[in-house]
Amino acid sequence: MFRHRALVLALMLGFTAFAFVMAGPRAGLLVMVGLGFGLVLEGLRFGFAGPWRSIVTDRDGRGMLAQLIAIALVAVVAFPMLAANPAELAPAHAPVGVAMILGAFVFGLAMQLVMGCGSGTLVNAGSGNLVGLIALAGFIGGSFAGTLHLDWWTGLGSLPVASMQSLAGPNAGLALTLAGLALVGGVTLARAAPGKRMPPARLWIAAALIAGLALANLVIAGQPWGIVYGLGLWGAKLAQAGGADLAQTAFWAAEGNATRLSASILTDVTSLTNIGLLLGAFAVMRWRAAPGAPAQALTMASYAGVLVAALVLGYSARLAFGCNVGAFFSGISTGSLHGWVWLVAAFGGSMLGIRLRAVVLRPLPAREAMA
Amino acid sequence: MSPSRPLVGTLAMALLLGILALDMARSGVPDLFDAPAAIALGSGAAPGGAHCSGS
Repeated sequence: MFRHRALVLALMLGFTAFAFVMAGPRAGLLVMVGLGFGLVLEGLRFGFAGPWRSIVTDRDGRGMLAQLIAIALVAVVAFPMLAANPAELAPAHAPVGVAMILGAFVFGLAMQLVMGCGSGTLVNAGSGNLVGLIALAGFIGGSFAGTLHLDWWTGLGSLPVASMQSLAGPNAGLALTLAGLALVGGVTLARAAPGKRMPPARLWIAAALIAGLALANLVIAGQPWGIVYGLGLWGAKLAQAGGADLAQTAFWAAEGNATRLSASILTDVTSLTNIGLLLGAFAVMRWRAAPGAPAQALTMASYAGVLVAALVLGYSARLAFGCNVGAFFSGISTGSLHGWVWLVAAFGGSMLGIRLRAVVLRPLPAREAMA
Repeated sequence: MSPSRPLVGTLAMALLLGILALDMARSGVPDLFDAPAAIALGSGAAPGGAHCSGS
């Protein structure tokens, strides 16, 4: 066990130092932030897709409330910080549109089939869940594919970018955001069964830590925590290595994206936190005295279904302008109206996805699993 | 029998290292003299964009 833990520490410190030396202090700091996300999400079992399922199937609202608490904590600090530093810090604002709503609905559905959202997929893969690893590969491919068609999808119609700040100003916008979170919290409490309402200490601590890390991400990177852009970029890099000419595509020909595509992954802030998150989840799994039982074995058809669902997950995340992290968590906490619309659409899709889980995720029969 | 968690986690690390190695071979290493300030807040520089919410 000592050898495993020494290896874990060396891996975390080694990669942080590598990023620092290769790409500068901001890269090193962002890997540390990502590591923090991975350690908290896996170590304290804070998630997004699971609590959305629990409130529906088990009337357990504790995880959902922890999410809302974390978002509120970020919003209280981020709103005034963004208002005071508009030239240096950017919010996660995006337009509400037909494709965005459809994408969020499909994302919510698919995330229940792969047992994780954007961050959950990274955590699951890093912590040794085979479904998570398959989902990560699919998410990378899907989010890249989504970039190839994004201009067509957004052409279906979208509203101008709107935010709580643009509608009501920073102070009233923050009040509206907190009131909205309180409303969702109230609905969650009303739905939750007695004894499954108040989050345990573990989730309070996790919510505070996640909020602190999200704010650190905003201060260091100049933009909120995100997942999808980095994974799409990895897919684009792989496609380019395979001979694809992405200069002909609207998304990758755009100035900022073309720069990211030609530069090292170590200069992309979202990639850096994604890498840290994956490493952090791996570190928690290897740190434990017992890494845990393997995930339930599934039939080959189910693994194929997970791969397809993950491709759809990544593709829809691109259309929806983010996943649970970039759109829901960071969108709402920095005032984006699209974050609220995303929540409603994705939750609807998630409810349908919960029903489809039994169809898609079929455990391998015990006799074959033992073979 | 499903593969063990350490094995799958190691495969995830291998996937990550593979992507990083491929990227480094194609894109080269970043220019440290062009690296941004350690912290964006207070740097005077505009954020680089490239967020999930951008198109």
